[in-house]
This record gives sequence, C-alpha cells and structure tokens, in this order.
Amino acid sequence: MERIYLDNAATTRVRPEVAAEVMPIMTETYGNASSVHAFGREAKKALEKARTQVAAAIGAKKEEIFFTAGGSESDNWALKGAAHQLRAKGNHIITTAIEHHAILHTCKALEKEGFVVTYLPVDEYGLVTPEQVEAAITPQTILVSIMMANNEIGTIEPIAEIGAVCKKHGVLFHTDAVQAIGHVPVDVKAMNVDMLSMSGHKFYAPKGVGALYVRTGVRLENLIEGGAQERSRRAGTENLPAIVGMGKAIELITAEQEAENVRLTALRDRLIQGVLEKIPDSRLNGHPTRRLPGNVNISIRFIEGESLLLSLDMVGIAGSSGSACTSGSLDPSHVLLAIGLPHEIAHGSLRLTLGRDNTEQDVDYVLEQLPKIVERLRSMSPLYADYVSNKQ
Amino acid sequence: MYSEKVMDHFTNPRNVGEIENADGVGTVGNPKCGDIMRIFLKIDDGIITDVKFKTFGCGAAIATSSMATEMVKGKSIEDALKLTNKAVAEALDGLPAVKMHCSLLAEQALKEALEDYFNKNNIPLPEGFTKPDVEHDED
Repeated sequence: MERIYLDNAATTRVRPEVAAEVMPIMTETYGNASSVHAFGREAKKALEKARTQVAAAIGAKKEEIFFTAGGSESDNWALKGAAHQLRAKGNHIITTAIEHHAILHTCKALEKEGFVVTYLPVDEYGLVTPEQVEAAITPQTILVSIMMANNEIGTIEPIAEIGAVCKKHGVLFHTDAVQAIGHVPVDVKAMNVDMLSMSGHKFYAPKGVGALYVRTGVRLENLIEGGAQERSRRAGTENLPAIVGMGKAIELITAEQEAENVRLTALRDRLIQGVLEKIPDSRLNGHPTRRLPGNVNISIRFIEGESLLLSLDMVGIAGSSGSACTSGSLDPSHVLLAIGLPHEIAHGSLRLTLGRDNTEQDVDYVLEQLPKIVERLRSMSPLYADYVSNKQ
Repeated sequence: MYSEKVMDHFTNPRNVGEIENADGVGTVGNPKCGDIMRIFLKIDDGIITDVKFKTFGCGAAIATSSMATEMVKGKSIEDALKLTNKAVAEALDGLPAVKMHCSLLAEQALKEALEDYFNKNNIPLPEGFTKPDVEHDED
C-alpha cells in the first residue's frame, strides 16, 4: 500500500543531503570538540561551522547560538533561566493560551515557585495582538514569551510588532520558533527578539538537537550544569552529528524557503479547498492566510478525531488530531478550545501537515479517501443522526 | 496500541444502525471526553432479539459498542444485565488503560436501554440494578 506522510509538524524525514553530512561525523570526525588533539580540533571546526550556519539563517551572530537537546530544552532554559536571573526585578511573565506544552508546563512550574503568569487569550484565528501584550505589561513584568507560529493550527503571530512593544518597555522577549524556522523568514534583530527556540527535526535534521538564540548581553541562569561546553552556559558533550545535520538542514531550507513556500502554499490551499468543498459541515481552524505554508487543520463535525486517524492510517495516510483520545487526557486540544471551538467540534479535528516530499498526487489521494471515511463514520454517529433528523 | 480484535470491530463493526420503534433505547456520553453511544433493543418474551448501536467516539468506543451488542444479541434480559465492562474488554483481547472508560460506556448504554424498556413496560427494576458511573470511574 502507498503510504503518505502528512505529519510534518510532528517530525520530518531527514533529507539525504543532511544524512550524508551526518554520517562521517559519526565514523570519521568523532572526536570530542573539547579535546586538544587533532580529532577534537576537527570536531570543534564542524561544530563552529554549524553554529555559523544556524546564526546566518536567523540574522544572529555566531556567539549568540547555543546548541541544546531540542525545542523543549530551549524553551525550558529560556523561561526558567530568564525568570531565575531576573527574580529580583519582578515576578510577572506574559505568554499566550496557545503555546506548546514546553512553554505552558514550564510556566506552570514557575507559578509554583511564586511567579505570576498571564496567559493572553487569542482571537478566533489564534492571533494575539501587540496591543494585548502592551496592556498586560506591568512594572513587575520580566519576560514575554510568544510563539512565532502555532504547531496545531499554523497561525503566524505578529512577532516583530510584539518585539517592538517589548523593546519599548524594556521587557525581555522570547519566541518559540520551533514550527516557524524554515517556513517564516526570521531576522532576530529586525524582530527585536532576545531569545528564540528552534528544533532540528522540524526542518529535516535529526531528532534530539535544537538551539537557543540568546542576544548578546542577555544573561540567563544555566539549566544544565557541568562542563565548560557552549561557553560554560550549556554543559554536556555536544551532539555533534545532529548539530552538523541541523546546520546543513537550516542552510538548505533557508535557501529554498521562498520557492518551497510558494509550492507548499498551493498544495495547502488545494487541500483546504478540496476538503471544505467535498465535506459538508467541516471548517478550517486557524487563519486562512496568516498560516504556515504546510499546515492544514480542519474540524469535521459529528465524528471523532482518533477514529478518523485510524481510518486514514488504514488507507496509508498519516495525520494527527487534537481530539482527547489522541492526547491521553479527557480534554481536546487547548489550542482548539482557545480559539473558541466547543468540545465536540474540537474532538473532530484533523491536522495534516505537508512537507518537501509531498506532491499534488498526495493531496488528491487524501481528497479521494477522506470523504469516504467521513461518510462511514458519520453513518455510525448518533450526533449526525440527530442533526439530520433535526434538519428535516 | 489496539489489539487485532479491536481493530476488527472498529473496521467491521457489528450491529451498526437504528431500530425503528425500539423497545428500549439508551444514550450515554461524556461530551468532555468526546464519546456518545446509543443502543437500541428489540425484546420479545424477555429475549433480546435484535440490537443496534450508533457511536460517536474513538476506535475503542466503536469497538466496545460493537462487541457489547454482539455479546447480548439473542440473550435473555437476565443474562444481558450480567454483562460487565471487563467482560467486553476481555472479549476484545484487552483495551489500553486510558480506554477502559469506553467499555464502561458500553455497559452503561446497554443498561440505560434496558431501564428504558422496564420503564416503558411498567416493569419494576430488577433487584440490585445498577449502572456504572462513567464520570468517576475511568479505569
């Protein structure tokens, strides 16, 4: 059976050019970058090349890039590091209701330490405004953390405008750009971003590697203590194969970004239009245009997300859902609830995220299979039966 | 994550549909968790001669509905009342721990339908008749 991967927001396939760079780091350039000998010096050179590649992609200086074990570590470090560092200045943090759990759960942990967190609500598209941020800032505010693009509904936030507000008020600004890197043009200086999190496996690099950009002059308490790696700010022997992979991957995706975004946006809109046309009582979640080029998130009324995913999987289509039954909790996605969806509609959500391997044929295959699956599940649904009889 | 039996009952659910002028109908659901089950019973001389269901829910919810209807079809009311969620889960070769509440829902829907039948026919509820509490007992 043909298999179509449409879960690129969950993780991506390492691209061949990246794998080709990673392999010799494991088998040839395997030295410890902290060692004095030639093996170590070669490793160090590869490490610094990757740092330069990552910095160039976001308009940062090389010294402002710190490698981590991924997006979650970067988010934890940015928030805990800044909060602890600035504890004497204030105790207030501003974020949004639709952040990734790496931010939300870190905020919850900081609340237990006595910090006060404002979770800004979003509008029906998932957008937060710079005015909301400005209105929430108090003399106690030490940090603002707002994602660049949402992982579920793909909404792209006005980061440069929010950055300007934070700069005006002298408040540190962090953005979780895990979903945005490679898809949204990023210039940390122009956007007034003080800290930015990224994760390699979201843009065709290996898993287990990420980076935190920290603007020169911003001090953070360390999260991982130990050796003197990363200029004594993040201990642990560098995961060099993955780091080199991330450097190559970000260089490639940044160079291809413009053309690939055009291609993905066309595929995305073809898929969205097709689903909305073919499936009655379905709706698009997120903003129609201010969204990631590969993100499709739709709610299909009267059916539940997990049974939809299982059915899609049986015909070879891999997607994801914000339904409770896929999250391991009783509540559907906090993002879908935050944009105002009632529980039963949030349960019937489907996220399909396109990537560089996807083609128009893939989209057409989904458009051929999905309506049949929806029809079958609706024929079993008491909610649909009630809806139809009420309509008559 | 799911057993082959669960996948079989999810892919080819038995007894899907509705019964017109059913002798008993039970609808239960937990809107927060996102599953709603409706069971229809046809009862002749104390025997469940036909049973149908409609379910909005995850794979486990659909599979447990299907299995529960299969297990009571042709049985007496007395035997149907003895059906437990554990028996339904076991018949499916087990369910993941987080999905056990789906099997409770199936047991509850069946008992709601039987209660509806008793009430419609002015039959007193059998001694010891209880329905599982889905809200508070999720495993």
